[in-house]
Amino acid sequence: MQNILQEIGIENYIFLSALLFCVGVFGVLFRRNTIIMFMSIEIMLNAVNLLFVAFSTYHQDAQGQVFVFFSMAVAAAEVAVGLAILVSIFRNLSSIDIDNLKNLKG
Amino acid sequence: METSLILVLLLAPFLGFLFNVFFGKAVGKSVSGIVGTLSVVVSFAVTLYFFLQVNQTGKPISVSLFDWISFRDFNVNFGILLDQLSLLWLLFVTGIGSLIHLYSIGYMHDDENMHKFFAYLNLFIFFMVTLVTGSNLLVMFIGWEGVGLCSYLLIGFWYKNTEYNNAAKKAFIMNRIGDLGFLIGIFIIASLYTTLDYGQLKELIVGGTNGGNTYWIGAACLALFIGACGKSAQIPLYTWLPDAMAGPTPVSALIHAATMVTAGIFMITRMNFLFDLAPQIQNIIAIVGAVTALVAATIGLVQNDIKKVLAYSTVSQLGLMFLALGLGAYEIAVFHVITHAFFKACLFLGSGSVIHALHGEQDMRKMGGLKKVMKITFVTFLISSLAISGIPPFSGFFSKDEILMTAFHSNIALWGIASLASIMTAFYMFRLLYLTFFKNFRGTEEQKHHLHESPGLITFPLIVLAILATVGGAISLPGNSWLNGYLEPVFTKVSHEAHHFGNTEYMLMGIAVIGGLIGIGIAYMKYIKQSQVPGEDSEITGFSKVLYNKYYVDEVYDFLFVKPLNALSRFFRDTIEPALSSLVYGFGRTANYIGTSGKTLQNGSIGFYLFGFVLGVAAILTYLFLAQ
Repeated sequence: MQNILQEIGIENYIFLSALLFCVGVFGVLFRRNTIIMFMSIEIMLNAVNLLFVAFSTYHQDAQGQVFVFFSMAVAAAEVAVGLAILVSIFRNLSSIDIDNLKNLKG
Repeated sequence: METSLILVLLLAPFLGFLFNVFFGKAVGKSVSGIVGTLSVVVSFAVTLYFFLQVNQTGKPISVSLFDWISFRDFNVNFGILLDQLSLLWLLFVTGIGSLIHLYSIGYMHDDENMHKFFAYLNLFIFFMVTLVTGSNLLVMFIGWEGVGLCSYLLIGFWYKNTEYNNAAKKAFIMNRIGDLGFLIGIFIIASLYTTLDYGQLKELIVGGTNGGNTYWIGAACLALFIGACGKSAQIPLYTWLPDAMAGPTPVSALIHAATMVTAGIFMITRMNFLFDLAPQIQNIIAIVGAVTALVAATIGLVQNDIKKVLAYSTVSQLGLMFLALGLGAYEIAVFHVITHAFFKACLFLGSGSVIHALHGEQDMRKMGGLKKVMKITFVTFLISSLAISGIPPFSGFFSKDEILMTAFHSNIALWGIASLASIMTAFYMFRLLYLTFFKNFRGTEEQKHHLHESPGLITFPLIVLAILATVGGAISLPGNSWLNGYLEPVFTKVSHEAHHFGNTEYMLMGIAVIGGLIGIGIAYMKYIKQSQVPGEDSEITGFSKVLYNKYYVDEVYDFLFVKPLNALSRFFRDTIEPALSSLVYGFGRTANYIGTSGKTLQNGSIGFYLFGFVLGVAAILTYLFLAQ
């Protein structure tokens, strides 16, 4: 494990993670398709997971990896709920474009 | 037995009041009047019984009806004290009250609200009895406020006339100013002595408790004196009394001449032991009294309304009484109160009789020659005028002479002022008499046709009062005074060793009588010999115009107090209130504005929400990084 970090420095993991996170953020901000937005959120989540794992290795501490397992399990559940909501939205509006979702207007 | 009799004395007028309020209209005018009169007569009879008893035994009757206020070591009983002073006052309050009730049956018979009139009169007697008989200052204060209320109700009895209502309001407000003084006086006394009971106060003060605290005692006396000023119409609070003549004439006679306005004198006499400790306040009282006597007398010289003349004469006479109080001659003040009650009630009722005969005319310029038709009224009026002018052997001579004599012995300037006021009194009373009863009638033909002597119900009280005004002086003859001996237990110190009667005293007496005769003589010259009649309002010029307009005191008060107060009210209404309300409204409007403008943020676009969310997170992160 140690040698991986020696070959590729920790800062590269951090940059990659930040990059992935930003990709996720911009995806959420600029795409109108709900499924793609959903995927962008998953990318953000995984960027964080990656960071967790990288630091876990760096600190020689397994706790971070344990958290990642939890986080992935929760994410899986969340995906199920999220997709169910999407299906329900599609059934109601015959569309998954967020511009059509304006029923929450005050 | 005593308690129940006292309750009868106190509650008879109150029951009369209740009866007249609830059933007065139903039972008709005559029954209403008779019940009203009887309830006061009952009080008078009980008073007479107690008076004879106390006069014989010399022991005051004191009854505590119930505990009223109990607070730590401060206790106030609702107690009744019938001692020499209160019984004397009760005698003429209920006695003259009965006569005036009787008179009112005749006088008010044409009024549609006669039952209401009797209800108010009875209520007044009830409160007056409470005021006089209370055994402590707080009970007196109940009566004090009550008579003020009744005075207000009765001045504004003909409530359809706005001017009368204004007069009623003026009287009430002026009295309130005095009442505040009285109340402050009570508070000071309560905090100094932790009791308000006359007996206990007297014991404490005579015993010398707090004797060193002269500053606060002086303040208490001054406050009480302001209260007395309001009720008894002294400078500077006297202007309500002449206006109070708006009420029906029996009211003027009962409340604004004989009884209520003497409440201030009663109070000071009651608290004589306290006032004795504050000689500087006594000086103020004497000076205020003397000045009031003179000022009111000068105004009285030129008034043309028959009741206004009598009103100013009342103020002037009250001033003389205050002069006596200020000189520590309480018994003489009481003496003058009594004789004044007789002759002034008689004068007012006489003027009422005249007004009744003329169907409401009060201007003396439109009277004259009534001597021939109204013989009884004329004779009683003449007797009372002689009495008030201080001509022997009528009652006013004795009391006024004693006041003048006391003044002479303490301060010759006060004596001079009082004597001048007395001469003026004689002048304007006979001016009134000559203009009203002598020469030819100056009213309309129709009025002349209807001229008549008043019915027996009106003349009977006049006759009784005239007799009392004639012989009333007998209760305190110079050198042999029943009154002084009778009242002795009320006072702490006999301030005056009975006047040593020497040449000076006889000379003073002579001067007083000659002064009175001079006043009468001038009036005779002007109004009988030269047949003058006061001119129209517009013809009055020079100083008499100032006098006719009452020194413009009302206007000055208007300028000094009423106008600034109105301006202040307007300022509050137009500036402060809008400012405050705009502040309060401002909060609402701001919240509303934030709400309406914030509403547009919630536009339902998820993309927008997410954008805001990301922006927020970015802002928080930036902040956290910068903060480190």
